[in-house]
This record gives sequence, structure tokens and C-alpha cells, in this order.
Amino acid sequence: MTGFLLRRLLILLATLFAASLVVFAVLQILPGDPAAIMLGTGARPDTVAALRHQLGLDAPMPLRYLRWVGGMLVGQFGTSYTYSVPVRDLVAERVMVSLPLAVMAICLSTAIAIPVGVLAAARRGHAADTAAMGVAQIGVALPNFWLGLLLILAFAIRLPWLPAGGFPGWGGGPWHGLRALILPALALGLPQGAILARVTRAAVIETLGEDFMRTARAKGLTRRAALWRHAVPNALVPVVTLIGLQFSFLLAGTVIIENVFTLPGLGRLVFQAIAQRDLIVVQDLVVLLAGSVIVVNFLVDLVAAWIDPRQRHVSA
Amino acid sequence: MPKMKHILLAASVLCAVAGPAAAKDTLTVGMVLEPPILDPTAGAASAIREVTYANIYEGLTRIDAEGEVRSALAESWSVSKDGLTYTFKLIGGVKFHDGTPFDCSIVKFSYGRAMAPDSVNAQKQLFEPIASVECPDTYTAVIKLKRPTALFLFDMAWGDAVMVSPKSYPDAATDLNKTNPVGTGPFRFREWVKGDHVTMERNPEYWGSRPQLKSVTFKFVADPSAATAAVLAGDIDAFPLFPAPEAIDQFKADARFHVNIGTTEGKTIVALNNTRKPFDDVRVRRALTYAIDRQALIDAAQSGYGKPIGSHYVPTDPGYVDLTGVYPYDPAKAKALLAEAGVKPGTQITIMLPPPPYARRGGEVIADMWGKVGIKTKLVPIEWAQWLDQVFKRTDYDATIISHTEARDLDIYARDKYYFNYHSDAYKALYQKFVEAVEPKAQLDLVGELQRKLAEDEPNVFLFALAKVGVWNAKLRGMWDNQPVPANDVTHVSWGD
Repeated sequence: MTGFLLRRLLILLATLFAASLVVFAVLQILPGDPAAIMLGTGARPDTVAALRHQLGLDAPMPLRYLRWVGGMLVGQFGTSYTYSVPVRDLVAERVMVSLPLAVMAICLSTAIAIPVGVLAAARRGHAADTAAMGVAQIGVALPNFWLGLLLILAFAIRLPWLPAGGFPGWGGGPWHGLRALILPALALGLPQGAILARVTRAAVIETLGEDFMRTARAKGLTRRAALWRHAVPNALVPVVTLIGLQFSFLLAGTVIIENVFTLPGLGRLVFQAIAQRDLIVVQDLVVLLAGSVIVVNFLVDLVAAWIDPRQRHVSA
Repeated sequence: MPKMKHILLAASVLCAVAGPAAAKDTLTVGMVLEPPILDPTAGAASAIREVTYANIYEGLTRIDAEGEVRSALAESWSVSKDGLTYTFKLIGGVKFHDGTPFDCSIVKFSYGRAMAPDSVNAQKQLFEPIASVECPDTYTAVIKLKRPTALFLFDMAWGDAVMVSPKSYPDAATDLNKTNPVGTGPFRFREWVKGDHVTMERNPEYWGSRPQLKSVTFKFVADPSAATAAVLAGDIDAFPLFPAPEAIDQFKADARFHVNIGTTEGKTIVALNNTRKPFDDVRVRRALTYAIDRQALIDAAQSGYGKPIGSHYVPTDPGYVDLTGVYPYDPAKAKALLAEAGVKPGTQITIMLPPPPYARRGGEVIADMWGKVGIKTKLVPIEWAQWLDQVFKRTDYDATIISHTEARDLDIYARDKYYFNYHSDAYKALYQKFVEAVEPKAQLDLVGELQRKLAEDEPNVFLFALAKVGVWNAKLRGMWDNQPVPANDVTHVSWGD
């Protein structure tokens, strides 16, 4: 187990290093000067130069890279060019929006998808299956931003139950904040849930055909008991793997959904930082997001190993 | 679960009780872009001024809703005959939100900071004419200029020239105003939830008349459909620069909302690279203007909102001359001029289109209009950062559509190096004459002459003045109709019946 963990840690570090190099290099090629953007079209060249100096942008490229990576190693993530606040504070503020949103979306999609997928598999070919998979097909085809707009139209404008966008912060109590995340979580989670339901159905159908299912029935279990006790646990491995993969899709999805709902989360921060060439923020966030995808994948592997003991030996 | 029900019930009861009880004294204003920082002396973004101008910060002078220069922290002033000495009488007893008293030393500090070699003031050139700031007594500031400067009082009313507290700049590298703005204004800063809103509250110690609103929140909504939804849902009371003109008719039909069509300083132009062929030939530049039907362009690209302009000046500013008739829509004439200049039909022009809709949609309409006189166009959408780099800084472009939002910026055509590469000694001399003119009448005449000279040379194709299309609650009073400077001055806003 220690060897397994150590190898994972090395992979994590190597990936982060590669990600830092790639994002730094790409941002160097990308045209646009943060200082010029901040000072606009009226500024004189000497003012732009003064600001570039203030931001440390006039240092040579390798030095800037070393400064950045060296800072991260000691926990210094730098100061945002545009906002002039530490990137760490910006990220800490915004994680409080994106993380609850992602968790809500994943819980929602899992809570809907697994029962629907299992039931559809159990009633394969029946009307319930056809209906559920029909709806899922639509869900797969729906772009999440469009679903988001529909939800706003329905539940914020026609029926003024929920806010159309924005985030009041957690200061006003948890319900205040959660309310603002319901529609975005639905927009983000439903299309993912549709995919998950289809995969769950396929996985359960496959296990239903296994020999051990016949054995389970033969030893006297009811259809239902055999389904939940034997088929579902065995079908969970691909489902859990998919949930892990969906996490990275969710991160990408938040960029769009947070813009549709004007939520001050990480996704919108990335988007704005790229547009304003807030290079240090983009660099930090790319490394952070790459790191979290790797960590989540690692957790998924652990869960899969816990569900399926055979994998423990394979991965160790 | 029952707990949740209780909370919900309690919340709805609270809402029902709190709702109609007191007259509303708070306001939520919608803005498309979030300001990156809140210090107008350290960044160019209009959004900084749209939050802070007149609300949090004040200068010696200010611009009012009509675009006139008014007194602010200077209650009066006198100008010497030669136009070189400005003596400002400052208002006494004014305090910054941090308690620092305002006096002449603050003027010296604020302007000194803006003029310093390491200054990062985006409009440093405004302060360039200043030779010295002297303080004969606590509440008198004497500013000596290197040369007469016609627009000096106007320039000192810009957001870039506001008075700041020295406590906000404890050392050269620290600017506390960026995140915690401290001014002398009627509102003081309360909080900034980044990515969502800035809130300010009434300053109980304000020196002037007390604003009606207790607190004001500026909420940032970039997406046009989200903006529409937020206004419809009542989450936002006023959206002064509304990003979805196509939704305006819906609001016009709804008695709960007031739709405002005002003007801005946004001179929308097709900027041409004057040193590049064929734009170095004035006949080509004129032909490209003859080929454009300005009203049709406004109708198609701006839902009909906007006023045609024939020079780099907007109809609401003093001394405006209507020059839209100099090159009226005349495709035949355009073709003839192009032929005369040796531009063959089928010549291709690349137009760089920055993100705003006026450019993206306008580009398509202009491509069509130029196509009718035999010019092929290639439309290249680019993001803002790239525009600043490639077009503005390196001037590597043929043509671009852009709106110049700075007020009365005829000076950009007199600069030695500016991105459209217009060089005219005659214009420079004329501008110099304007700058040095002391008499208001002479100044206005020269503003007219400058506009005419630009129309004659037509360095860029002048299209239209951007409209200020806003939507707000019909009960709101005191919102600015026009946008003479980037600002959302809410100091006189109140809720009516």
C-alpha cells in the first residue's frame, strides 16, 4: 500500500510540474499585456512601463517562472494583477461557491441516476425503461447552459421562487446561499445524471446476465433482493469510475454555468482572469484544478478498490 | 426535513412582514463588468468609475448629469488672465471616510502622486500641464500651469483626478484604495464580494446634502439573458447600461419599468490604419465613409439606438457641429472615388472586431455595405487583450471597429503616436490653438474647427454615438439619463410612489 501511495504521489507531483510548465509557456505566447489592459487606451507608454515594473512583469521569463513555482513551493501563490489581492484569498472565497455547487450537482445526479438506471435495467424493455431512457436521451443532448436559461425562465421569472442569478454569500445563513445554488446545480447535475443513468443501466444489465445472479436466484433470493444485494454492488465499479470522471467535466461545466448564473466561483474567476490576462491567477488555478482532478481520480481508485477487492491486488 | 419546512415558513413570514412595511431606501444597480479594483487613480476600467465616481470619491471639480463642470471639493475658483494660474477655494471641514481632514495638502498629495515618475495613473497626461501646486493657506490651492489648458477644470473632474487620503498609500507599493476605497463622498464603502457585488452605505458625516438612499449595491451581471432575468425578477432595480437591447421592447411594454434612451461619449468609429495602403489616401477613407448608411447600420447593429456622427465628437457636448452631411450615403460616389484612387474592385480589407456587440454586429453590417462598393472584407473577431496588443500597441491591422468612450478626446488626433497613425501638422497646430484659447467663445469656435478638420481628413470612418440604453424601476427618481463621463451617480436617487 505504501508503494502504491508513493507512486501516486510522484505521479501527482510530475503532473503538476508538467501542468505548470505548459500553462506558463502558453500564457507567454498568448498576446496581451496585463498592464496595458489595466491602464486602457489613454495611458502613456511610461505609465504602462511603471506598472509593468510594479507587477514584476519586466523580469526575464525564466526568472518569472522560477519565482512563481518557488513561491508555490512555500505556499505563496502570488498577488492577482487585476484585483491586487492574494490569489489564495481569491481562491478561498470562490471555492466556497464552486465546491458546494459541484457537490450538490454530483449528489443530485447520483441520487437521480442510480435508482433510475437500476430500475430501468430491472424493467428492461418495459414502458418505464423506455420512458426513463427517452428522458435520459434528452438529458444527454441538452447543453447545460441552455438548460440553465430554461430553469431561470421557469423558476425565477415565471414562478419567482428562486433567484435568477448571483450569490448572496454564506453570511446570511446556509439556506440563503443554498437557494442561489439550486438552479445552477440542477443545470449542471441533470445532464450529468442522464449520462450516469444510462451507464448504470448498461452496467446493471450486464451483471444481471452473470452466472452468480443465477446462483443468487437459485439459492432462493427474490428478484428484488438479488438485484440490490448482488447485481447493483457489482455494477457499481464502472459507475463510480464515471462519477470520478464527471468531476472534471463538472469543473469545466462550472465555467459556463457560473457565467450563466453570474456566480462568483472558480469557473468565472478562470474565465475573467483569462480575459484580463491576470496571468498569475490563471497559472495558479490551472495547477490547482489539475491537482484536484488527480486527487479525485485517486480517491475514485480507492473507492473502487474498496468496492471491488480484486482491484486492490491489481493496483498494488 | 421538518426543520427545513420551519425555516422556509419563517422566511416567508419574515418576507411578508418586512416587505411593504418601510419605504424603500436601498438600491441595487446592475453593471455588466465588475471593476477590477476600486481606485480610479490606478486603473482605466470604466467600471471603477461607474461604482465610485461622485458616490465615494470626489475631486476639486465634478461633471454633472448634463456634462457640465460643477464645483465639488473646491467651492469656487478663479483663473488668471493668462490662463496659467488657477486658485481654488476649498470647502472647509471636509473629512475622508478614514477621518483624515481634507485641505490643500491633500490636493498637493493627490496630484503629486498622479504626476510622479512611478505613477500608474491611466490618464497621467491630464496632469502633465501642471507646473506646481502651492498652499498659501489651509483651504486655498494655487495651481500653476506650464501652458494654458482649455479643458483643465474639466480634466480635473475626471475620476482619475479625485482626492485621495494619504493613509490609503502608506508606501509606494501599497494602494489600499484598490480594495478598500476611502474618499470624501456621500457614500462610504462597506463590502465587496468579488465576482458578485459592491455595497456602500450613506456617510453620516458627509459635508454636503445627505443622500436619500441608505445603502446602494452594485451587482455584476455579465450575461445579457441573466441581466434581463434579474431585472424582470426585481433582483436588480436599475441597469443603466443594459446589455440586451433586443429585450428593450419587452420592458417598454411593462409599466413596472422605465426605459431610458440617453447618450454616451462613445464615439464609435471604423479606425483605419492611416499609414497602411490604401488608407493613406484620403480618397479611399472618404469613399469608405460614403459607402456607409449610418442610420441603417444603427438600426441593424444597435436595434436603432444611437446617433449618427460625422466627426470625433458627440451631439451632447458643447460646440458640437453636425457633420454627418459631409459624406452622405452614396455608393456610386464611393465607387468612383475608389476607382480614382486606383483601388480595384475585390480588394480585401481585414476588420478586427473586439468583443462588444457594436463591433461584432456592426462588422457584419459594414462588411455588407462595403461589399456593395466592391470592397471585400475579412472579419476577425478578437478578444480585448489581443486588441490592445495587436491593434492598439503594435498597430498591426487594416481596420477595426471601436468606441472611444473618453469625453472630449479630440487630443488623440494630435498625438505623435496613436494607433490609427493619423499625422497632420495642421490639426496639431489647430489643437494647440484650442488648448491655449482662454475665452470660452474662442474655445467653442475652435472645437468646431477641429471637428471640421477631422471630417475633411476623415482619418477614421465616424459612425455613431453609442446610446445609453438603460432600464430601471419606474418608481426610481434621479438616475442619470446620459453618460457624460463613466459614472452611476446615485447621490440624488430616491424612490417615488
